[in-house]
Amino acid sequence: MKLLTHNLLSSHVRGVGPRGFPLRLQATEVRINPVEFNPDFVARMIPKVEWAALLEAADTLHLVEVPKGPIEGYEHDEKFLRQMHHVLLEVDVLEGTLQCPESGRLFPISRGIPNMLLSDEETET
Amino acid sequence: MPGTQVSDLKSSRRQCSGRAQRTHGTVMDSNHQSSYKLSKTEKKFLRKQIKARHTLLRHEGIETVSCATRSLVIANGGLGNNVSRNQLLPMLEKCGLVDALLMPPNKPYAFVRYKTAEEAKKAYVTLNGKEIVDDLGQKIILYLNFVEKGINYTATSDLLLNPVIDGLISVMKDRQNQFIILVLGIHYVLDSSLCFRLSFKIVMDFKHPDGVTVPVMLPRRSLLVMTGESRYLWTHGITPRKFDTVQASKGHRSGIITSDVGDLTLSKRGIRTSFTFRKVRQTPCNCSYPLVCDSQMKETLPSFPESAREASQLEREYVHRVYEEIAEHFSSTRHTPWPRVVDFLKALPSGSLVADVGCGNGKYLGINKELYMVGCDRSQALVGICRERRLEALVGDALAVPLRGGSWDACISVAVTHHLATAERRVAALQELVRLLRPGGMALIYVWAMEQEYKKKKSKYLRENRPRQGEEEATHSHAAEPGRLLEQVPDAGDQDAPRPGSAAPDVRAAGGGARKVTDAKLPVHTNRTSFRSQDILVPWHRKGNPARDEPVRATGSHGPGPVFRRYYHVFCAGELEEACRSLSHVRLLQSYYDQGNWCVVLQKV
Repeated sequence: MKLLTHNLLSSHVRGVGPRGFPLRLQATEVRINPVEFNPDFVARMIPKVEWAALLEAADTLHLVEVPKGPIEGYEHDEKFLRQMHHVLLEVDVLEGTLQCPESGRLFPISRGIPNMLLSDEETET
Repeated sequence: MPGTQVSDLKSSRRQCSGRAQRTHGTVMDSNHQSSYKLSKTEKKFLRKQIKARHTLLRHEGIETVSCATRSLVIANGGLGNNVSRNQLLPMLEKCGLVDALLMPPNKPYAFVRYKTAEEAKKAYVTLNGKEIVDDLGQKIILYLNFVEKGINYTATSDLLLNPVIDGLISVMKDRQNQFIILVLGIHYVLDSSLCFRLSFKIVMDFKHPDGVTVPVMLPRRSLLVMTGESRYLWTHGITPRKFDTVQASKGHRSGIITSDVGDLTLSKRGIRTSFTFRKVRQTPCNCSYPLVCDSQMKETLPSFPESAREASQLEREYVHRVYEEIAEHFSSTRHTPWPRVVDFLKALPSGSLVADVGCGNGKYLGINKELYMVGCDRSQALVGICRERRLEALVGDALAVPLRGGSWDACISVAVTHHLATAERRVAALQELVRLLRPGGMALIYVWAMEQEYKKKKSKYLRENRPRQGEEEATHSHAAEPGRLLEQVPDAGDQDAPRPGSAAPDVRAAGGGARKVTDAKLPVHTNRTSFRSQDILVPWHRKGNPARDEPVRATGSHGPGPVFRRYYHVFCAGELEEACRSLSHVRLLQSYYDQGNWCVVLQKV
């Protein structure tokens, strides 16, 4: 699971609604997968990122050199875009958990795959 | 006749390779013929002889040789050409002492080995180009070629036969007594299927659901009693053909036909008369073969769901669990993305966030590298396949998609919504897609259509209703998604053969798709046919032909080839649009029919 994916995940336990975001990340195994750098693509991702969630996740993984937020003229700032490229697309969480911030429900991440399934009781309205 | 033969030899000398020239030259010298221009017929003979050589190389990997050897291949003189051992052997014996005559089943050639190369050469001279009349009265011309002296015929016979089938037959031989009793004379009346045959001997093929076939010789005036596994688990039938391949040494005795190519010959079929007796059961069936038992299958079929809870249970058993089981096989049949879905994805602006809800094996996730796509599927096994392909995917439910709402530029839902078992749940799944979209974001939705014929054109799903041979796993077309695999098409040609896999007429009337939902049981759809009901169970046959596809697993060590049933609600014309109209915050941009599917494009407002 890439951190950009984590940034788009949300808990969907019954009654949680928008308070299911962001999921608290705990990782026991992380890998860095090199991905070809595409500055235009990364620049297009920047406005879609929820920064607080990204910084929190990056922090739990002890990542360094993570920009604190979008800077002026980032579209043409290669250093910034490369840092974001690394954080969003190259960091891959293989093992760990995601926790719903509202209900505390834990979802496992195994072999890079988050399992977000709930039982019927957890989803029924 | 000698003229024919000689001209053939001469033409070989002119056109064949150097090696061939030497042999044919030698042979020709013995005929003392002077050369003359090639006639049309001669050219034809030469072409045929070369073609025969190529056939042999292609079928068996055996190359013909130019120097005279003890062994010859006789093209057109095979069991597959309706030439029998009884006819061929005397001809060959006139030329010398025959060491062995090997006639592989269904092949258009035979191999003969003489005691000496001299004798083989004599046979070559005498018989190459010889016209004979086959057992059906048709003219056939034999073409002979020498083959390598040291050909190992044991190895050859391994090549001639599918080694897997061979192995399976030997496994089955041990089970012989359990599955078939053959008696001569009418002594027994058992609670089983009985059939007795008059007139001609015939070969009946027994097939196991695993794909094993065992041919059994039934002599004339014989009685066949089938009990246990042979009656209930194995299908049997008589393949339509003019000749049966039988063992020469067994004469008219009954039994399993083995694959000894040194002992096979043909038996011409004649008019046959057979009677089948079956006792009709008055009590519910309790046979030990529930997988192929109509009445037991009927018992276990699920009902039409009456509540959300029942719907959820139905989906769990007949959708989620099935995909988990068939994931690998399913994925292997899903390599080609549907063109119009690809068009949709390619038309999205660069940098769009796209969710594929019900992503399966992820065949759309990598279509457009300018998008950031995340897949979501109920099946852990399918998501695992996505991950192996280095695609971003997670395990989640279409009714509670674990993705941030209002943030996606686009969503796709291809062949997913039709797996939900009530109208409310289908609408809820569509509403989930709308929730994910940002204002202005677009969703593309595909569902399977009840109408598999549209504007007088049959969908690919129906058009691909053809016999199973040469199909199927590797089909690359973008046919309608859900039922890519064909229903097992029984290849028994005999009407008197009861097949446990197929329903008897009385059963079909009760269990077919035409009836209304009176007993609320869901009907089982026959693959590659029109739908007769909207809520159906669609069979999935894992691995069409195990003997061909997966030799290791076809050893009969596991149970019968499993059949899975997936629940579908196929949509009628207008039904998808209708469901979309009940959604909030959305407008319908487009709706269309594409290869047996109803499709819409929605936009969030």
